[in-house]
Amino acid sequence: MFEALLRIVALIRKELLAILSDPRSRVSLFLPPVLQCLIFGYAATYDLNNVPYAVLDQDRSAASHDLLAALDGSGVFRRAAQLYNVADIKSVIDEQKALLVIQIGQDFQRRLEAGLPADVEVIADGRNSNTAGTALGYVDAIVDGFNADWAANHGAAAPPLQVTMRAWYNANLETRWFMIPALIGTLTFLQTLLLTAMSVAREREQGTFDQLLVTPFRPFEIMIGKALPSVLIGLIQATLILLVAQLWFRIPFTGSYLTLYAGLLLFLLAAVGMGLMLSAVVSTMQQAMLYAFVIMMPFALLSGLTTPLSNMPEIFQNATLINPLRYAIDIAHRVYLEGAGLPQLVPDLWPMAIIAAVTLSSAAWLFRGGLE
Amino acid sequence: MSMQPHGGVAVLGRHVRKTFRRETGETVVALDDLSLEVPHGGLAALVGPDGAGKTTLIRLIAGLMPLDAGTLVVNGTDIARDPQRVQDRIAYMPQRFGLYEDLTVRENLDLYASLHGISDEERRRRYPELFQMTDLAPFTGRLAGHLSGGMKQKLGLACTLIGAPELLLLDEPTVGVDPLSRRELWEIIARLVREQNLSVLLSTSYLDEAERCDQVFVLREGKLLASGPPGEVTALAAGRSFEAEPQAGEPARNLQSRLLDEPAIIDAVPEAGRVHLVSAQNGKSAAPEQSAAALAGLSIIPVPARFEDGFMVLLRQQSGAAGKSLAAPPLSPEPAARSDETIITVHDLVRKFGTFTAVDRVSFEVHRGEIFGLLGPNGAGKTTTFRMLCGLLSATAGTLRVAGFDLRRARASARQHIGYVAQKFSLYGQLTVADNLEFFASAYGLRGRRKRERVAWALTQFELEPLMRLPSGQLPGGYKQRLAMATALLHSPDILFLDEPTSGADPLARREFWRRITQFAEQRVTVVVTTHFMEEAEYCDRVAILDGGRMLAVGTPAEVRGLAAAAGPDRATMEDAFIAIVERAREHRMDASP
Repeated sequence: MFEALLRIVALIRKELLAILSDPRSRVSLFLPPVLQCLIFGYAATYDLNNVPYAVLDQDRSAASHDLLAALDGSGVFRRAAQLYNVADIKSVIDEQKALLVIQIGQDFQRRLEAGLPADVEVIADGRNSNTAGTALGYVDAIVDGFNADWAANHGAAAPPLQVTMRAWYNANLETRWFMIPALIGTLTFLQTLLLTAMSVAREREQGTFDQLLVTPFRPFEIMIGKALPSVLIGLIQATLILLVAQLWFRIPFTGSYLTLYAGLLLFLLAAVGMGLMLSAVVSTMQQAMLYAFVIMMPFALLSGLTTPLSNMPEIFQNATLINPLRYAIDIAHRVYLEGAGLPQLVPDLWPMAIIAAVTLSSAAWLFRGGLE
Repeated sequence: MSMQPHGGVAVLGRHVRKTFRRETGETVVALDDLSLEVPHGGLAALVGPDGAGKTTLIRLIAGLMPLDAGTLVVNGTDIARDPQRVQDRIAYMPQRFGLYEDLTVRENLDLYASLHGISDEERRRRYPELFQMTDLAPFTGRLAGHLSGGMKQKLGLACTLIGAPELLLLDEPTVGVDPLSRRELWEIIARLVREQNLSVLLSTSYLDEAERCDQVFVLREGKLLASGPPGEVTALAAGRSFEAEPQAGEPARNLQSRLLDEPAIIDAVPEAGRVHLVSAQNGKSAAPEQSAAALAGLSIIPVPARFEDGFMVLLRQQSGAAGKSLAAPPLSPEPAARSDETIITVHDLVRKFGTFTAVDRVSFEVHRGEIFGLLGPNGAGKTTTFRMLCGLLSATAGTLRVAGFDLRRARASARQHIGYVAQKFSLYGQLTVADNLEFFASAYGLRGRRKRERVAWALTQFELEPLMRLPSGQLPGGYKQRLAMATALLHSPDILFLDEPTSGADPLARREFWRRITQFAEQRVTVVVTTHFMEEAEYCDRVAILDGGRMLAVGTPAEVRGLAAAAGPDRATMEDAFIAIVERAREHRMDASP
């Protein structure tokens, strides 16, 4: 047993030496997570700014002017065109000069003063449904504000119900706060999967695997010796992303680091198990790389990173149950933003433990089989 | 008279110089003020130790790299002025030719024909010719990846010849090719020169191949030592070649090993049970037994000199100690008593891959302290047998006992007792020499003082100390193999397995390698080795010849030669014997099959 332990330590030391002694592989392991994190932080955002809109104001009254001023003053919308004709609407949308067109009817102020409902028509470019939906939501909110103000200024009764919205854990509902913690799981997932699969494939391709197999190493020792360095590298990458999140993007960390790393450790074991399974079935580095990317796509899509799990058809929702990334993202969000402790994370932790146990033991089994 | 449009010169080099920068920053001079003239029409060979600049010269002639200084005129065109014009009229086959393994033989040829812009009509005319020449016609639909080593080389040759070149450049075309395929390849090349008046320039580490060429160029460390017909080099050893008969019961390799230590002996190799030696002095002025103590009392007869003898004399003249750099081996104190203890037992060993039987009921035994050779053409089942012996592959049926362990049950325990050196360098290239040794020492369970001792032993024994901080991938060829052997011997195994250890090694490196092996055998390490060099079988105590998965012969080299002698000439070399045995068995099988 002690002998086996020494061998495993020797293998881990060798793996780390091989990875870290080469400046190129050092750069390729630790620079991309930081860069990707920066790119995601700036580029992957659903928050709207500077939405171009066009106005067809057929009323030209004080009231319509007030409404448009509210839109312009929101900081979200930018008036791109002034239309005079209903026929112009189509061309403005088609040519993507504006994402929205606000059409105010000619009896807008008269109807308001008479206490009748006055229509504002909003036409959105639905080709990008995400953006259009969000923009319409903003317009809605601004119109609500306008209604309330009008009522107050004109002595009419205030709306009977006032809805006050307050978002917890992300007061301004910034996408970045949601996205960056999720990257701790997503980026390390791809990297560890690839690193593990490639490290075995490289040995196979260069013939060193045979050299390893004629030594007293047993298959499970090789497996552990390959798994732990990848887990370690994964933890370092996660730390880098965590640093970017806090030092660069200034997203406040509310939870406990210990809790987060405990969750990450379990997650990385599951990911490395998948990498090892992959490495047992491929024979070249090229195959390892290809399969890793093929696997990565569905895992990222079914993780809740970009789209809410609850929106998916039921069959896909069930499929996410075996996706370790789904739990890792949930843990990252909850620990980072909400400050959840281990007891609250149990629903995420036990499935991941089961996934890790299954992937690692299947990898061990495949490894033995592959050696015959 | 053939056409000689360039004044009879295919390649004319004047003061050629080429240097490289190693990754570590130092500059290596590959070719140093080299001038040479390769005549048009005929076969010319570049020979010399590793690092002599053979490959560099060939690549320069092919216009693949710029020269640092000097001029190189190929077929009348200065390569520096118009490389494209030169390249249109030559063909170059590198050591590892770029065949597409996932394409068929025919598709590979089509691809190279298209690259050379050969018209369909021309293809219809050339293909049958090329297929017939290379005997590849029955295999046109086979994937190149499924061809044997010899067939791949033939296909490579066919692909390079598709453009009907005037000059053919071949870089070590017969490395890793078994004797039968090597013979065929040579016949093709000879026919090309004879029938198509092609100029061929090739590099080789087989000196018997150089001997068959019209011209040889001996290179060493980027300088030309000699050029001319091979006879001129052979003549350097005139009157110096002898054969000595070892005392009864002593393996020829032990006498050879002692002779190499004698300053009066330039070279010695075991051959047909005797030792072929080259004396430093001409036999007329001084008989070798007077100058070399190891020869006292032995029967010695003068024999005609060979090209190899002349080559060794030439290298010795230039450097003083060529091929004798090896320090005197520290032999074990007690005399190595032969033992009959069986350390490897193979009985009715079978390995099938699907329906294909790679190894078919092979049986043999190896005794402790023996050097046992596995010989056979490509695809004979050598490597499969070898991998099963090392526990890298499981047997389909049969008994396999290594170092007292049944490999089917106690594979991991057996590993502690074996060392394995793969054919291809397979250590961690990015790790340093010291790190590799360190890692494998730990892998074999060595630790503490014992580990430090063994690593220090390996560094000293294999003279790796000055290079211990270099990444092992950057070691020169010969040192890579030393490191691989050092690694395999760290845990003092009972058995050392070597898969084609001398493939692609130069004659000096091969001698050095065998001296070490002889020395390990003296220390009662059992050595199992596969090789393509038949003369190396002479170093073995016993050899087994395999073909088509079956064992054709097993015995001492003398016994195996005797098997062939019944059918062939009286004093057959190992290579003759090998070819005779394999061909006879193949005919037999052909007769037997319906």
